[in-house]
Amino acid sequence: FTKRKLDAQTLEELEDVLVQADLGVAAAMRITENIGEGRFDKEIAPEEVKRILAEEVEKALAPVAKPLTIDTAHKPFVILMVGVNGAGKTTTIGKLASKFAADGKSVMLAAGDTFRAAAIEQLKIWGERTGAPVLAREQGADAAGLAYDALNQARTDGHDVLLMDTAGRLQNKTALMAELEKIIRVMRKIDESAPHAVLLVLDATVGQNALSQVEIFGKAAGVTGLVMTKLDGTARGGILVALADRFGLPVHYIGVGEGVDDLEPFAARDFAQAIAGIAEERI
Amino acid sequence: MFEGLSERLSGILGGLTRRGKLSDQDVQNALREVRRALLEADVALEVVRSFTDRVRERAVGAEVVKSVTPGQMVVKIVNDALVEMLGAEAETINLNATPPVPILMVGLQGSGKTTTTAKIARRLKERDKKRVLMASLDTRRPAAMEQLAVLGGQVEVDTLPIVTGQSAPQIARRAMEAGRLGGYDVVMLDTAGRVTVDEALMDEAAEVARTVDAHEVLLVADALTGQDAVNTARAFDERMGLTGIVLTRMDGDSRGGAALSMRAVTGKPIKLIGTGEKVDALEEFHPSRVANRILGM
Ligand SMILES: Nc1nc2c(ncn2[C@@H]2O[C@H](COP(=O)(O)OP(=O)(O)OP(=O)(O)O)[C@@H](O)[C@H]2O)c(=O)[nH]1
Ligand SMILES: Nc1nc2c(ncn2[C@@H]2O[C@H](COP(=O)(O)OP(=O)(O)OP(=O)(O)O)[C@@H](O)[C@H]2O)c(=O)[nH]1
Ligand SMILES: [K+]
Ligand SMILES: [Mg+2]
Ligand SMILES: [Mg+2]
Repeated sequence: FTKRKLDAQTLEELEDVLVQADLGVAAAMRITENIGEGRFDKEIAPEEVKRILAEEVEKALAPVAKPLTIDTAHKPFVILMVGVNGAGKTTTIGKLASKFAADGKSVMLAAGDTFRAAAIEQLKIWGERTGAPVLAREQGADAAGLAYDALNQARTDGHDVLLMDTAGRLQNKTALMAELEKIIRVMRKIDESAPHAVLLVLDATVGQNALSQVEIFGKAAGVTGLVMTKLDGTARGGILVALADRFGLPVHYIGVGEGVDDLEPFAARDFAQAIAGIAEERI
Repeated sequence: MFEGLSERLSGILGGLTRRGKLSDQDVQNALREVRRALLEADVALEVVRSFTDRVRERAVGAEVVKSVTPGQMVVKIVNDALVEMLGAEAETINLNATPPVPILMVGLQGSGKTTTTAKIARRLKERDKKRVLMASLDTRRPAAMEQLAVLGGQVEVDTLPIVTGQSAPQIARRAMEAGRLGGYDVVMLDTAGRVTVDEALMDEAAEVARTVDAHEVLLVADALTGQDAVNTARAFDERMGLTGIVLTRMDGDSRGGAALSMRAVTGKPIKLIGTGEKVDALEEFHPSRVANRILGM
C-alpha cells in the first residue's frame, strides 16, 4: 500500500502492462501519456494507479460499446458472420440464435460454411439446441448459392432474423475474400439492403494481426461490428483498444465460454477493469 | 504500418559511417527499435526483454567491419540470435518407441488441433509409410468426432469407431487397445480445445497423457496469437509436458512472434507449421524464414 511516484519508470511499467494485454505499442503509449498528464511525479497509491488505468482504457472503449439492434423494418434482418478460421463464428451464431429466440424472435440459420469438415453438422446441432431451423446443402456446395436460397426461404417462412455462417478465411487470401463479396452480392439481388449486420468475430488471443483483419474484412465485407470470443481464457483482448482508436467500429458482444448462454454484451468498464487487474499484481 | 527493421536501423545508425566498435549508446538506440519491432510482431514482452539482453551483450563493443554499415551489423546480430533462439536444428515428429506410438494433440479452442491431427496422420502415412489410427477424445464440441471422421476419409487414415458416452481417458484407452490389436504403428489422439484456467479440463488432458504414456505431446497453437502465447505454452507444458509445438495459420499475414515466445518459454521445438485449411498444408519449420518474417524482412 505504499505510495510511489508516478515517474517515468512507473509509467513505463504501466505501458508494459498494456502491451502485455495486447494493446500494441502505439495504443499503450497513448494511454500511458494520458495517465501521466497532470500527475507526473506526484505521489500515488497503487489502487489509484489501477483506477486511473482502468478509467483511461474505459474512456477509449466506451464509445464503441454499442448493443446490436435488430431493425424490425427488415424481415428477415440478415446477420452475416465472418472471420478467420476457428475464431468462434459458428458457436457465436448458436449463442445469438438462443438470445434472439428468448426475445421472442423467430430465427433461421444458414450453413454457409460448405468447406470445412463437419461444419454443417456442427451448425445443425446448434439449430437443435436453440430450436432454429437450419438451411444446409451438401459439403462442397457453392456458398453464395446457399446464401441466396437461405434468404429466399427465410422471407417465405417469415423469419425475423437470418444468421448466416461462413467458412473461416484468412484475410490475405484474395480468392476467399472475393467469395465473401460474392455471397453479399447475391443476397442483394433479393434484398438490396442485406446483409443488415456483418459481424467480424475476433479471438481474444489474437495479437496485432487483428488490425489487418478488421481493415481487410471491413473493405471486403463491410463489417458493421465486432464480437470478441474466448475471454474466459487468460487473454485479455486489449487489441480492442487499438481497434477502437483506429476504426471506431462497435463492439457488440463477448464470448465467455462454449455454452449457449456464454455470450455477454460488451461492457467497456468490465473489460477495462480486467485489463487493469493485471496492473495491480505488477505495480 | 511496419517497415523492415533494417530500414529503421539504418535511419538510426545511419550517421555512424565511421568504422570501429559499436558503443553502448549506439546499441541502446538500436535496441529500442528492435524492441518495438518485436512487440509489433507479437513477441511476448518478457521474451523481448531476454532477447534484447542477449543481443546487447553481443553487440556492445562489436567491431563494425568495413563492408557493412552499423545498421546492417546490428540486424545481423539480431537475426542470428533470433534463429538461434527459434532452434537452429530442425526437429520433427519422433516415432522412436514401441508401436503403437501414441501422439497426443492439445491446445486452446479452435487452434487447429483436429485439422492438424489429420495432416500429421497423412504425412506419416505417405512419407513414412506408417499405419496410423486417429481417435477423437473431444466429447464436447458439437460434431467434433464427425469432423475427424470426415478428415480420416479424406486422407484415407482409419478413425476409431465413435462410441457415445465414454470419457476422454476411456476413449484414449480404447484407441490404444485398438491400435495394438490392429497392428498400427501410430495412434493419434485429438483432444477437445480447452482454456488453461479450466482446471478440470487441464487435469483431464494430463490424465490422458499419463494413461497412454504419450510419446509426443504436441501443442497446436495459432500463429495469430499475441502476448498470451507465453501463458498458453507455459500452462500446457507444466501440466502435460510438451514435446513440441505445431504452429498453425502460418499462411496468414501475421508476423508470427508467437513462435519465438512459445519456444523461448518452454524450450520445446516447433516441429511443424500449418499453412492452409487443406490436409496437405503442413510444412517443416524453418527458423531463418520465421526470423525474417518476425523482423519484417
Ligand atoms: N472458451 C471458449 N471457447 C469458445 C468460445 N467461442 C467459441 N469457442 C470454441 O472455439 C472453437 C471454435 O469455434 P467455432 O465456432 O467452431 O469457430 P469458427 O470461427 O466457426 O471456426 P471455423 O468455421 O473452423 O472457421 C470451438 O471449440 C468453440 O467451442 C468462447 O467464448 N470461449
Ligand atoms: N488457414 C489455415 N486454417 C487452418 C490451419 N489449420 C487449421 N485451420 C482451420 O482452423 C479452423 C479450426 O480448426 P480445427 O482443426 O477445427 O481446430 P481445433 O483446434 O480442433 O478446434 P476445437 O476442437 O474446437 O478446439 C478450421 O477452419 C481449419 O480449417 C492452417 O494452418 N491454416
Ligand atoms: K485462434
Ligand atoms: Mg465455423
Ligand atoms: Mg477439434
